Amino acid sequence: MIGDQVWLLFWTLIKIVAIVLPLIIVVAYLTYAERRVIGFMQGRMGPNRVGLFGFKLWGLAQPFADTVKLLLKEIIFPANANKFLFLMAPVITLATAFAAWAVVPFSDGLVLADINAGLVYILAMTSLGVYGVIIAGWASNSKYALLGALRSAAQIVSYEIAMGFALVGVLIASGSLNLSEIVNSQSGGIGSWFFIPLFPLFIIYFISGVAETNRAPFDVAEGESEIVAGFHVEYSGAAFALFFLGEYANMIMISALTAIMFMGGWLSPFTGDSLIAQPSILWFFMKTGFFLLLYLWFRATFPRYRYDQIMRLGWKIFIPITIVWIMVVAVIKVYKPEWIGG
Amino acid sequence: MLEYLVSAEFYQIMLFYVYSFILLGAAMAVVTMRNSIYSALFLILSFFSAAALWLLLEAEFLALTLVLVYVGAVMVLFLFVIMMLDIKVKPNKGMSSYTKVGLFVALLMLVEMMMLLGKKLIPALPQDDLVKHIKGHSNVKEVAESLYTQYVLPFELASVILLVAIVAAILLTLRKRKDYNHVKPESQVHVKATNNRMRVVKMEAEKGNDIGGDS
Amino acid sequence: MNSILGWSELTPILPELIILATACIVLVLGLFTSSEKGGLLVLTSIVGVVFAAITTAKFHMGDHELTRQVLFNGNFVRDYMGDILKIAVYAVMLFVFIYSKQYLRDKNIFKGEFFALMLFGMLGIMIMISGYNYITLYLGLELLALSSYALVAYDRDNMQSNESAMKYFILGAIASGMLLYGMSMIYGAVGTLQIDHVALQVSNTNNTMLLSFGLVFIMVGVAFKLGAAPFHMWVPDVYQGAPTATTLFISSAPKIAAFAFAIRLLAQSLEGLFDNWQHIISVIAMLSIIIGNLFALQQDNIKRLFAYSTISHIGFMLLGFVGGIDGYAASMFYIITYALMSVAGFGMIIILSCKGFEAEKISDFKGLNQRNAWFAFMMLLIVASMAGFPPLIGFFSKLVVLKAIVDQGYYVMAGIAVVFAVIGSFYYLKIIKVMYFDESESDQEITAGFDVKSILSFNALLQLGLLLFIPSILSYCIKAIETL
Repeated sequence: MIGDQVWLLFWTLIKIVAIVLPLIIVVAYLTYAERRVIGFMQGRMGPNRVGLFGFKLWGLAQPFADTVKLLLKEIIFPANANKFLFLMAPVITLATAFAAWAVVPFSDGLVLADINAGLVYILAMTSLGVYGVIIAGWASNSKYALLGALRSAAQIVSYEIAMGFALVGVLIASGSLNLSEIVNSQSGGIGSWFFIPLFPLFIIYFISGVAETNRAPFDVAEGESEIVAGFHVEYSGAAFALFFLGEYANMIMISALTAIMFMGGWLSPFTGDSLIAQPSILWFFMKTGFFLLLYLWFRATFPRYRYDQIMRLGWKIFIPITIVWIMVVAVIKVYKPEWIGG
Repeated sequence: MLEYLVSAEFYQIMLFYVYSFILLGAAMAVVTMRNSIYSALFLILSFFSAAALWLLLEAEFLALTLVLVYVGAVMVLFLFVIMMLDIKVKPNKGMSSYTKVGLFVALLMLVEMMMLLGKKLIPALPQDDLVKHIKGHSNVKEVAESLYTQYVLPFELASVILLVAIVAAILLTLRKRKDYNHVKPESQVHVKATNNRMRVVKMEAEKGNDIGGDS
Repeated sequence: MNSILGWSELTPILPELIILATACIVLVLGLFTSSEKGGLLVLTSIVGVVFAAITTAKFHMGDHELTRQVLFNGNFVRDYMGDILKIAVYAVMLFVFIYSKQYLRDKNIFKGEFFALMLFGMLGIMIMISGYNYITLYLGLELLALSSYALVAYDRDNMQSNESAMKYFILGAIASGMLLYGMSMIYGAVGTLQIDHVALQVSNTNNTMLLSFGLVFIMVGVAFKLGAAPFHMWVPDVYQGAPTATTLFISSAPKIAAFAFAIRLLAQSLEGLFDNWQHIISVIAMLSIIIGNLFALQQDNIKRLFAYSTISHIGFMLLGFVGGIDGYAASMFYIITYALMSVAGFGMIIILSCKGFEAEKISDFKGLNQRNAWFAFMMLLIVASMAGFPPLIGFFSKLVVLKAIVDQGYYVMAGIAVVFAVIGSFYYLKIIKVMYFDESESDQEITAGFDVKSILSFNALLQLGLLLFIPSILSYCIKAIETL
């Protein structure tokens, strides 16, 4: 009896580590990939020097060098800053970014917590991330940080609505809030994936996801030319590293969710019995990787939006479109016209 | 005894008390904190504890919605406003006479209610065990079903209330400024660099001897 | 068993749907209408209300006349009392729309939202009248309250308006909290929120401890919403601070809703606790009559004076609750006539106000007889009816209530009520004296349009004209209470 309880606890811990550790490594190499990819797009080399044991290895050890550097740096507290909240802010950012991974299904049955309201859980956790930003901005006792935090909070709250509505479309189409069931309801090849009937929602979800993670071209919260670096201007060393980790973990999260909800998660695009048609975790990783590449591509391509343009896009374009498309989806779901099938 | 200490029931009860105390403590702190930012943060903490209590009732959808709506959206805007207002923290000057009288009355009522409730009410309360649903029970489904059948009229009414709230908020705060230059993005995107943005004008060269005026 | 919503259920709720649709139409129309052409908005509102009145009357006349229809899984009820009260609300609201148009134009604060909010508030009133479940009733109440808060704060550049809205909002929110807490206690005791189920459970249970605990909180909430003493503090401030057009609204139709709310909660669902709440109600009623009349004596602001007079009128209305079935009918008669009186009283204030001037002080009524004898006479009718002078309608409504409680043997309460009604007549007489025997301080003409003037005259003459219909209205009220 006692043994069972302890073992359950231990086993859960192992599973958590098995998710978090690879996640951190992926974050580290995402930063590397970002610099390499954008470097390639802009005709530059990117990091290519730091290697191991005297080999350059195309700079593959660069993330480790960066990590060591960040961890060894001093954390500077601004004068009159609220120390407790100042330290809590990066922790909140990171904790919410990691917590959302608890319900993400990597493959059929391969999920830490298979809860019924998984979609709501994800929305709740991602919406909490904004507290890290707000508290960091306020606790830094700095005008730039506060301005950045307010920009970011307004942006995240605005785009969360469009994002939530886009997910409502998904849950109408799949009839479930459970992420595994959402994936399973898309089985039957690429034609059954939700990105086809929910195309506007798919686009809006991903763009909102980019805005929600404060990435280019929606990165006014950082806006280095206007407000230096926004909410984390006063952070350095390990505290800054945590923000960084949180931001990239969120990027991967959004990509993974887009893959799960619109692109069939671990399902194969092909039908039939051949090897390539089997559902596999590799499909999931490939799809997630594709959306991560889009993130980097956006950053290399688009100029930064102006603040009022961001707000306009979120409130006046995305939200109306999502509402209309939810109605369309609902009508299709209820009346099921012949020509749609399924 | 040891069996009980490791049983799920015991943990549920312990968690219930832990979260209840956090909830009450945080709610007290919301009222007593002098710094309004701390008050708001404690309010968030109390929402969290309430959500945790709902989780113990196996109402995961309600718990998550509480976090999503109140913590994730409402309190963000709340904090937003408080930060913008730049409220000065008042130094502690001890209790005002109102507070003293208020505390006295509150204490009196607490004692009265405890006498009343402790004696007569507690035996009347249901003594059921903790909520336990069968495996596969879906809180989402349960909420949805009662919301869209039994309570469809109140549900629609709630939407009208929200509409009124929106109308009222806009009515009371929207001030149209006459000197405000509206940006028209739909015409902005049609601007072409060669035709609209730039105009080449021919001018006579100015003479430089007037610079500086007559000073 | 829970059922999915069907079309057949939407028919009895048609009046509510019409009002909701009208509110939305007015809201959108308001965006495209300038304040000069605002007549269209008023017209739309009136047409909506008239349509709703026709549908209500039609259902009322139909086969269902005496039957109750419980709809939406027990969330909504269409019954005789609801129909009668709704028709009274329509009548009052028509007056409100016409008077407030005049006021808003004079004050240059005409906006479409004002009428939309009033229509939303009216929807809340109708839901409060017809709610058959605690949740529905509460939502109706909140809908009304939220619209009222916004309407009180409507004149947003006016500090007084803002201040009173703030007071109203904070106190109202606390009262709503109390009410909800009480409702949750009742739910804890009986395990249901539907009015008839609650009534059944209450009559079956013998442990009333938790029920009476919840009852106290419900009483606080109801008393606050009615504006009865000792929860009356907000009434004078809000009446005075709000734009008169808003005061006109919150002093009339919502009182009818609060009556229905009290009937549904106390008389219908918690009937089994009659002995418990009867005492509380009688104390509240007595306090309201005493406080309302005594404090009104000292006021020189007529809106504030009317506020205190409202408190005493509410006290009289609550007195009827002590008297059982006959008493409820008497209260119903009282509240309907009072709403018509109150709307006329504030209509008078509006008609005497004009651009840049608000007839708020009693002294503003000085020498009204010399300025305009007809409207002085109208004001005389209204004020005398409020005071309860025979042969006006206000006298008979008081009489009916007093008769109901005397029949039950509450002589002392009836005696106190009469004494304070007599004391109260002093301040009404003061207004009459000022109008007829003082010299006029200004020679301000009454600038209101012909429509407003004639409607107000009609409204004031109703104080006399309703005399002809007393027996029929009273029989409606008795029938309404009997078929609850």
